[in-house]
Amino acid sequence: MTLPLFSTSDDPGPSFTGLLTRLELDPSYQVEQALAEAATMTSRSPEFEITHGTTVVASRYDGGVIIAGDRRATAGNLISHRTMQKVFPADRWSGVAIAGAAGPAIEMVKLFQLQLEHYEKVEGHTLSLEGKANQLSMMVRNHLPAAMQGMAVVPLFAGFDRRRDRGRLFAYDVTGGRYEEEDYVASGSGSLHARTVIKLGKAGDLNRDDTINLLIRSLFIAADDDSATGGPDSMRGIYPIIATIDADGYQDLEEPDIAERFASIVSEYVDNDGTNPEITTGGGSV
Amino acid sequence: MNMPYYVAPEQMMKDRADYAQKGIARGRSLVAVEFDEGILLVAENPSRNLRKISEIYDRIAFAGVGRYNEYDQLRIAGIRHADTKGYTYSRDDVDSQALANQYAQMLGQIFTNEMKPLEVEILVASVGWEPEGDRLFHIRYDGSVTDEDGFAALGGDAEAIRGRLAEANLDGLDIGGALKAAETALSGPERSLGAEELEVAVLDRPGSGRRFRRLDNDEISGLLS
Repeated sequence: MTLPLFSTSDDPGPSFTGLLTRLELDPSYQVEQALAEAATMTSRSPEFEITHGTTVVASRYDGGVIIAGDRRATAGNLISHRTMQKVFPADRWSGVAIAGAAGPAIEMVKLFQLQLEHYEKVEGHTLSLEGKANQLSMMVRNHLPAAMQGMAVVPLFAGFDRRRDRGRLFAYDVTGGRYEEEDYVASGSGSLHARTVIKLGKAGDLNRDDTINLLIRSLFIAADDDSATGGPDSMRGIYPIIATIDADGYQDLEEPDIAERFASIVSEYVDNDGTNPEITTGGGSV
Repeated sequence: MNMPYYVAPEQMMKDRADYAQKGIARGRSLVAVEFDEGILLVAENPSRNLRKISEIYDRIAFAGVGRYNEYDQLRIAGIRHADTKGYTYSRDDVDSQALANQYAQMLGQIFTNEMKPLEVEILVASVGWEPEGDRLFHIRYDGSVTDEDGFAALGGDAEAIRGRLAEANLDGLDIGGALKAAETALSGPERSLGAEELEVAVLDRPGSGRRFRRLDNDEISGLLS
């Protein structure tokens, strides 16, 4: 690898994606090329199953934000990964959660993390939280051609705004539209269920502990009713990932703590004799 | 028609070297000192904004003396090199040796081929998982590289500073001891430097991820007292 040097008129500045474009290493460009080639070969949609990510939620509380996501990835009707990570730190004071096609989503997170780090190192200070949210918006927008081919990525962005001294949440759509939310956001196939649980449980300002429990409950219910969302898996010891972001920065919740919180929710659904009182019956394909 | 004057290559190189050295000698100096838990970088720099020391990658730092615009350009090129390399391969594959070689190539090229050499001297420091893995690459305006052991000094006053550091006992220092030794070496016998005149950063050995950290004035004063 050589030392990348540019003339003043062609300098990419603090942008890492700009740098990659000039070095012809830009992944979105490569994806577009591949899609264009694929389109000339067949007019049908691709026949391979794309791995998809599922329910992610985030909520504000008085000290910052909490962000959580399940661990299941599916390809069609199959579970392709049980331990997928969908919640990532973006930098010290922000986090990103992904839903959609897993491959492009993980690549987008990697690039987003590098974009923030690169800016910080070149400029000597971090981007504002709003600046970070806009950067992600641009990345989602650049991904639109792939989204049109069924590989949509819909992230959530949450962080602590150190200038305003509060947590902030941002939701996106496939076109890169950026929507700031006051209370909570959810994305992915199970988001409808999760959002309803949070909406009903959010009575007034909750503290950190209650907010964590509410998000855990929302993921539990989403997993209960959405086949593409993974619930707590005590058999394998796999639990959703939950992180808090406050004035001290991004912090993952310890796994034993998460396991315990899930256990207490599960116990509500089980009678003393060990049978489940609520068995859903209904139609559907078998 | 006027014939161009003939200048002997030896004379041309010497002139360029003199020119670069003069430029470098005008600025203040900086030192790097290895200690038990990492590498300490200390520059005499009253400015809080025009930095001499900066982060390149997880365990790699950059320091430069001389003309600000020139070493800042080198700093940004280094960050770009490291970030693209880490993106293309993996974070573990970014190493200071390759970066130092790239810098040496570039400075050497400019020194021999361009009208004006760069008036800079730079240091690429990387902290290992064990003290034996620490690296201090000192790269001069003409592209020559030295792999320094234990400490490095750059700038106009570097010879005297290097002498003072060589006399000091630097074995088994902690961060406070390293900072005191660096301050004594930078200031010389006649004066002393306070937190306002020092720019201090450290590459911490323990832990993974980004290990570069700047020390604020309170922390510097605390360690110096």
